[in-house]
Amino acid sequence: MIRKFAAILLLAGIASIFMGLLFTYEPDAELNTTARYYAERTAADIGATNIVTAIVVTYRGLDTLGEVTVLFLTAAIVGLVLAHGRRRTSDKRRLAPVGELLATGSRFLAPLIILLGVYVFANGHLTPGGGFQGGAIIASGVLLILLADPCRCLSHRVIDTVESVSGLFYVGIAILGIVLAGGFLDSHLLPRGELGALFSAGAIPLIYALIGLKVGAEFSSILAHLSETEEL
Amino acid sequence: MAQIAMAAGFILILVGFYGALTNRNILRMIVAFTVADTGVNIVMVAVGYMRGRTAPILDETVPVADALSRIIDPVPQALVLTAIVIGMGITALMLAFAYRFYEKKRTLDITKCTELKW
Repeated sequence: MIRKFAAILLLAGIASIFMGLLFTYEPDAELNTTARYYAERTAADIGATNIVTAIVVTYRGLDTLGEVTVLFLTAAIVGLVLAHGRRRTSDKRRLAPVGELLATGSRFLAPLIILLGVYVFANGHLTPGGGFQGGAIIASGVLLILLADPCRCLSHRVIDTVESVSGLFYVGIAILGIVLAGGFLDSHLLPRGELGALFSAGAIPLIYALIGLKVGAEFSSILAHLSETEEL
Repeated sequence: MAQIAMAAGFILILVGFYGALTNRNILRMIVAFTVADTGVNIVMVAVGYMRGRTAPILDETVPVADALSRIIDPVPQALVLTAIVIGMGITALMLAFAYRFYEKKRTLDITKCTELKW
């Protein structure tokens, strides 16, 4: 009881800070200097119509490389932590059948979901979307496959190969940027192209496709590890 | 509009903190943390929102010349994109550690974890 009271007291303190922030908040009428720079220069400099993508992949590309590294670490640690509970392939869990609807539906839907993921990351520089969203959609397709057949062992070798090859190419393109263009992760490696075309915005579609594959593989490996742990 | 979204985000943060502080079950605490995480993301997106403007994507309706007066701040959106992905990674890590905790203690009750208590 006293513990709950302390929690409520603490939350009241935080809430009063939030109230202060909320009631003194006034939305900007104009874009601030950073946003103004991005709004004015993206189309001419980068050639991407989605400004968020230009920021994520080029202007703040190093951040994104770090983010992908954090995800890789997460996937690796999840694999490490759960490695002890790995299910033997011989003693399969006996589970209730998943049902006709899920089994047939997943066979039909999983390829389409993965296709949608590829579409989302291939068009990341033109429409809302990009590598992280596309990768998450691909992983949701993998999740559907795992739901339909929980005993299925996804090939870790395939997932790991996709993950490391795309990561390697991502860093390779980043270093090529130093040699052939303005600097690390510079997207001017490839021609800028026409604004709004699929093959435009320099190396952004390529980088985002690699990020999409990498993120999809990392999420899939987390899902596979979680689904393969022994039931306690 | 921005204030409503921001208030909703703050409420979600408070709800999440309350759940994380009062629940004893680790899985419930993880769910509470994801709720608080969502609240933080909503607040950050709300900060970038500007009345009467549209998403920072250039197309026929938002020509390059008008971009300055038509789009909202793209920077918070890029930051939230990062935050969502990292939040998902943190959730996966917490779930993996919860699994290990259950494997060792055969319970999900956090009060049974007394090694670091003083």
